[in-house]
Amino acid sequence: MSRVLSVENLGIGFRSEGQDFTVVRDVSFSLEAGETLALVGESGSGKSVTSLGVMGLLPPPPQSRTTGRIVLHSGDGDIELLDLPESRMRRLRGDRIAMIFQEPLTSLNPVHTIGDQIVEAIRSHRRVSRAKARARAVELLEQVGIPDPQDRLGTYPHELSGGMRQRIMIAIALALEPDILIADEPTTALDVTVQAQILDLLRRLQKDTGMAMLFITHDFGVVADIADRTIVMYAGQTVEEGRTGTVLSDPLMPYTIGLMNAVPRLETAGLKRGDLKTIEGFVPDPAALPQGCSFHPRCAFMQEGLCDTSPPSIEDAGGGHMVRCKRWRQIGEGRET
Amino acid sequence: MLRFLTYRLAHSLLLLFLVSVIGFTILHLAPGGPLSQFALSPGMSQAELERIAERMGLNRPLPVQYLDWAARFVTGDWGESFRDGRAVLDIILGHLFATLLLILTSTILSVGLGTLVGVLGAIRRYSAYDYLATVGAMVALSIPTFWFGLVAIYVFSLRLGWLPSGNMYTIGDESVLDYAEHLIMPSVVLALVQVAIWSRYMRSSILDVVGQDFVRTARAKGLTRRRVLYVHILRNALIPMITLTGIQLPTLLSGALVTETVFTWPGIGRLFLDSLGYNDYPVIMGVLMFTAIFVLLGNLIADILVASVDPRVRLE
Amino acid sequence: MLTNTSPPAIAEKDRRWITSRPVRRFVRHRLAITGLVMISLIALLCVVGPWVLPHGMLDIHIRDRFSPPGTETYLLGTDEMGRDLAARLFMAGRVSLMVGIAAMVLSTFLGAVIGLVAGYFGKVIGTVLMRFTDAVLCFPQIFLLLVLAAFLEPNALMITIIIALTSWMEIARIVSAEIRSLRERDFITAARISGASHTWIMFRELLPNTIGPIIVAATLTVARAILIEAYVSFLGYGIQPPLPSWGNMLNNAQQFLDTAPWLAIVPGVAITLAVTSFNFIGDGLRDALDARSDLQ
Repeated sequence: MSRVLSVENLGIGFRSEGQDFTVVRDVSFSLEAGETLALVGESGSGKSVTSLGVMGLLPPPPQSRTTGRIVLHSGDGDIELLDLPESRMRRLRGDRIAMIFQEPLTSLNPVHTIGDQIVEAIRSHRRVSRAKARARAVELLEQVGIPDPQDRLGTYPHELSGGMRQRIMIAIALALEPDILIADEPTTALDVTVQAQILDLLRRLQKDTGMAMLFITHDFGVVADIADRTIVMYAGQTVEEGRTGTVLSDPLMPYTIGLMNAVPRLETAGLKRGDLKTIEGFVPDPAALPQGCSFHPRCAFMQEGLCDTSPPSIEDAGGGHMVRCKRWRQIGEGRET
Repeated sequence: MLRFLTYRLAHSLLLLFLVSVIGFTILHLAPGGPLSQFALSPGMSQAELERIAERMGLNRPLPVQYLDWAARFVTGDWGESFRDGRAVLDIILGHLFATLLLILTSTILSVGLGTLVGVLGAIRRYSAYDYLATVGAMVALSIPTFWFGLVAIYVFSLRLGWLPSGNMYTIGDESVLDYAEHLIMPSVVLALVQVAIWSRYMRSSILDVVGQDFVRTARAKGLTRRRVLYVHILRNALIPMITLTGIQLPTLLSGALVTETVFTWPGIGRLFLDSLGYNDYPVIMGVLMFTAIFVLLGNLIADILVASVDPRVRLE
Repeated sequence: MLTNTSPPAIAEKDRRWITSRPVRRFVRHRLAITGLVMISLIALLCVVGPWVLPHGMLDIHIRDRFSPPGTETYLLGTDEMGRDLAARLFMAGRVSLMVGIAAMVLSTFLGAVIGLVAGYFGKVIGTVLMRFTDAVLCFPQIFLLLVLAAFLEPNALMITIIIALTSWMEIARIVSAEIRSLRERDFITAARISGASHTWIMFRELLPNTIGPIIVAATLTVARAILIEAYVSFLGYGIQPPLPSWGNMLNNAQQFLDTAPWLAIVPGVAITLAVTSFNFIGDGLRDALDARSDLQ
């Protein structure tokens, strides 16, 4: 498989009310064609900001500052996204990298027909006639499973349900057959049944087009369903990375373990066996990060002198499983015994 | 759309009724009472007045009088002017063009300039320009329109001699250029307050829209900044401004009256003031009612326009 | 010792302090403070000025007529009868400011009560009252004012009342809207259940919660009232001479625009400053009290 995206030491900071906050630090990952990478974390973990950084949709400096490298690998060579002027980035946006968002109900312009909005996406990147673009729009609507696509072109967003609108968002995103699709919690605002349909759709489309997908979510159920590889983020950093199966069944970072434990289990449902497990404490304020490992105040495996002094770096636990924890070996062994 | 139209029309009719009731009440406050609107001339003897009162049925119960008045009103009989006996409605319509010209020019100016200032302020939010524009708007709202007019006349007519100090045209020369020369100062003066209001609301409206998700989607699609601004942001931000125009009509008309006074512009405002001086009650009442109906109609048109432009309303 | 990665360096020159919220609030407040200072100065001048100045407003000095500002003892010059413009200005200020404030008090009271009743009772009463309010709003204020002033006798009290009668609508609308939304809240339901009377709920529970928007609207009403009094007096139907007001001073000054422009400029500046002060203060108050309607 060929690599389509490389992110190296990405750092993103914001300026708000005179103060500087680091929201993403030292994030590195890569995306291969045809694979789905899940970016998991709670709100405030920096996952959405990371994706916005890749798209170049962050506010311009000084409100935000981005460091590191983001490289788009294409047939014509490698493109350093962070070095690009806005005019060139704009041409890649929607064309080579596309993005869909969480709130389908408000993500479409209410005063334009959905046909116009799809056509607009096409014609802003390709020199085609309106007729051709409309034909392509009908094609796309069929692909995403909208019934009577020809008639639908003239409808307005508010006439459609949330699920339909999200399908249209997907149609718009896929209009130009991008290499990468970033999906920022696309199913969070939808009913569970619709959620399943959308995930199916995305999986199918990915298989048909071979695009890479960066899927952002906080729901491990969705992760298990759709992702080949998973990255867990906490307080702006990546803390665990690996094949989804491995990360979900044998997590090595205490935060991930905590998250896994917090998911209610079907086997224990109704048995009233103790309280729901939570991770004590709160996500740290980016302006006041703990010394050493960002997670240590909440960590069950915290060791004084080790975890609260210097920050851990990413270590390789074998087989592509990466952990940002100094005690991962003990944790792994503890599980085996 | 049909349901919306019916509802809106009913609303307007109700307001029209209430406006007429208020008008009728005011009429009764006039010295001489409602008699004054249809009586032949002021300064009649008491006996004559009483005879006319009897003839006009002013001793009948109020609701009956109201219906009589309202019926005449609706058919266009607004009484005759004390000054020259002409039909009030005719007189008013005769002066309408001048006021419309003034209002229209002023509105075009203020919408244009106000939009520019407002959009720039929204784009360069919190910049020095933005602060200046906001403070400037507040000061502009505080300047008495007529005073601004006087100052303008002093500078541009009396001191610099560039522009005429009054009237709509020079007798003898009624070319377009002449009209234009006369139109500049009054419309700019009238536009002052409107620009201030419009720019502030425009800025606010744009900031509202910019924060919405579909703008983010538009950017994610890789559209040019220009396209995002015009097709997505402005197209949505301008809709509430249409409603604003309707709401601003009373203020606009008030400003027009004052502007017409300072610049001796032969519009409805001038007519109104002259009539006040002559105690020409029929015309006074006529103009008052006319302005209220004008406002009512204006708002109705504005709402219909919004409905035709905003699919969410249209396809109710 | 390794520390956490430091935030991306942001250059000194990019430190635009002007965009931070505390500064924004301060500037807004600075505007409000400026307004407060201005109006206090103006009020002070109007109250104390006439006593401190060498000339009374009625003192006629024919020989010194049409003196521009700064001539001898005439701070702001003299008018066509040689009267000290400064003295007249300050006396007129007393009238204009008092009319503005009194009109505000009356119209706020009227508007608040109507809004309260309309918002609280809703349904028929509410609809009728609000439609009535809408209907009155259809009449441009000056036209209505002039008609009423022409039909009734235009003395200072009458003018104040008439201005109040044509200014209450905005407040009624605001209050009515507020009440309508507050009416459904739990604390009102609780009061109703515990047997509180309508009057109690309206005045002791609902009204205090609308004080914020009312204060903001009232401040802006003063600004409008001062302006509208100026308009009406300028047109000759407001405060009548010999009682001076800024508006009728401007009426008088029209004819001398060419020869003695200061007669027109000075009162206008006074009006602008006074009204601007109230607008600034109102804006600052809106920021502080009426968080919802933040015009960003």
